[in-house]
Amino acid sequence: MTTVLIDYDSGNLHSAEKAFQRMAHETGQGAVRVTNRPEDVAAASRIVLPGDGAFPACRRGLAAIDGLEEAIVEAVTKRAIPFLGICVGMQMLANEGHEYETVAGFGWVAADVRKITPNDLALKVPHMGWNDLVIDQPHPVLEGIITGAHAYFVHSYHMEMRDPAHRLAHCDYGGDVTAIVGHANMIGTQFHPEKSQEAGLRLIANFLDWAP
Amino acid sequence: MLKTRIIPCLDVADGRVVKGVNFVDLIDAGDPVEQARAYDAAGADELCFLDIHATHENRGTMYDLATRTAEQCFMPLTIGGGVRTVEDVRNLLLAGADKVSFNSAAVADPDVVARAADKFGSQCIVVAIDAKTVSPGKWEIFTHGGRKPTGIDAVEFAKLVTQKGAGEILLTSMDRDGTKSGFNLPLTRAVSDAVNVPVIASGGVGNLDHLVEGVTIGKASAVLAASIFHFGTYTIGEAKAHMAKAGIPMRLT
Repeated sequence: MTTVLIDYDSGNLHSAEKAFQRMAHETGQGAVRVTNRPEDVAAASRIVLPGDGAFPACRRGLAAIDGLEEAIVEAVTKRAIPFLGICVGMQMLANEGHEYETVAGFGWVAADVRKITPNDLALKVPHMGWNDLVIDQPHPVLEGIITGAHAYFVHSYHMEMRDPAHRLAHCDYGGDVTAIVGHANMIGTQFHPEKSQEAGLRLIANFLDWAP
Repeated sequence: MLKTRIIPCLDVADGRVVKGVNFVDLIDAGDPVEQARAYDAAGADELCFLDIHATHENRGTMYDLATRTAEQCFMPLTIGGGVRTVEDVRNLLLAGADKVSFNSAAVADPDVVARAADKFGSQCIVVAIDAKTVSPGKWEIFTHGGRKPTGIDAVEFAKLVTQKGAGEILLTSMDRDGTKSGFNLPLTRAVSDAVNVPVIASGGVGNLDHLVEGVTIGKASAVLAASIFHFGTYTIGEAKAHMAKAGIPMRLT
């Protein structure tokens, strides 16, 4: 049982690593390893794709490591290995990103990544801070996380759903902002569970225990 | 709805928490990691470490602090003080910081903000602006702990660094810092109105109404305070309850 956090030179993995290690220890769910080696991804029982920064840069960072993307695609789509994307790692589930330029995502969740446009001009972008979740659909990974639970967001772009059935939760920021998406063995959070104290740690524990 | 954040700031020198009154007369107020854990448990929305004696030699102390804090606190951590280069940002992020704050270095070379934001994303780049009132409705940036005037207008500079890619402005009034007489509200309002990124109000908090005013009048997205929390004058919970009662959306835990 090994959960891999994929390191592709896109931001701070330290706190994510510590949060996953702590919850893996508490729930008896094996080891957590930060890696960029395709063979580690191929051998993993769970895959976590974090991501900070711009969509195109993250996409290129992933493609720059020989065999890494292929290993992720093979594990997630052929062998149904549980996958969690965080922030830009979640956005990569979408069909296309439209940050600076149009770049294809994995296309596993029917959505486009577009700039947040709050209908209240007093609301600033990035959407930064704690917002309360509205749960749209029950899901095993959301067990114990109810509408009103707070999560920590830092982002300027979000997933606009082509298929609303894949949206599991949203929050309000001058309109709906997609907070959690899920489909088959894949789930993604726009917020940072590793920074979201109680609700975040709960979500991580649930993911480590999830058998889709 | 997005909640207004309360951010306790720990001024750190040589691995210990201190808080200066007008940046002098430092009083030792404890171990940073212990304090961070206490604030985490108390429901603080973020934490900020400011290395006030940052030198090349003691850099390692701050990396170690960031690492130990990130191991124990699952909440956002901003680190500032002595950050000069993209490499400094990288090292702090790798050590465990979520956001890194430029101060004097951004004044000397605003393009360092652009280089860091391009590399790591705006979401983790904060620019700290220390401003003093020079005439009514005019505020000038001072660097080096408030000792060195720059002749640069604080509002114009806030706009500039935002264009360069700063994701947040940490705005400290040097007139008010340590005085407990409240935020400089006209300054806070002028900067908040001028930029489209969150502004953290800092400097001068003495009571809970000051926190409220920073948001309702100053239009800050977050409020930062040190002494009122460190010395137990108020708890984070009391501050949040007071702000919520005033109609400000808060994360009440």
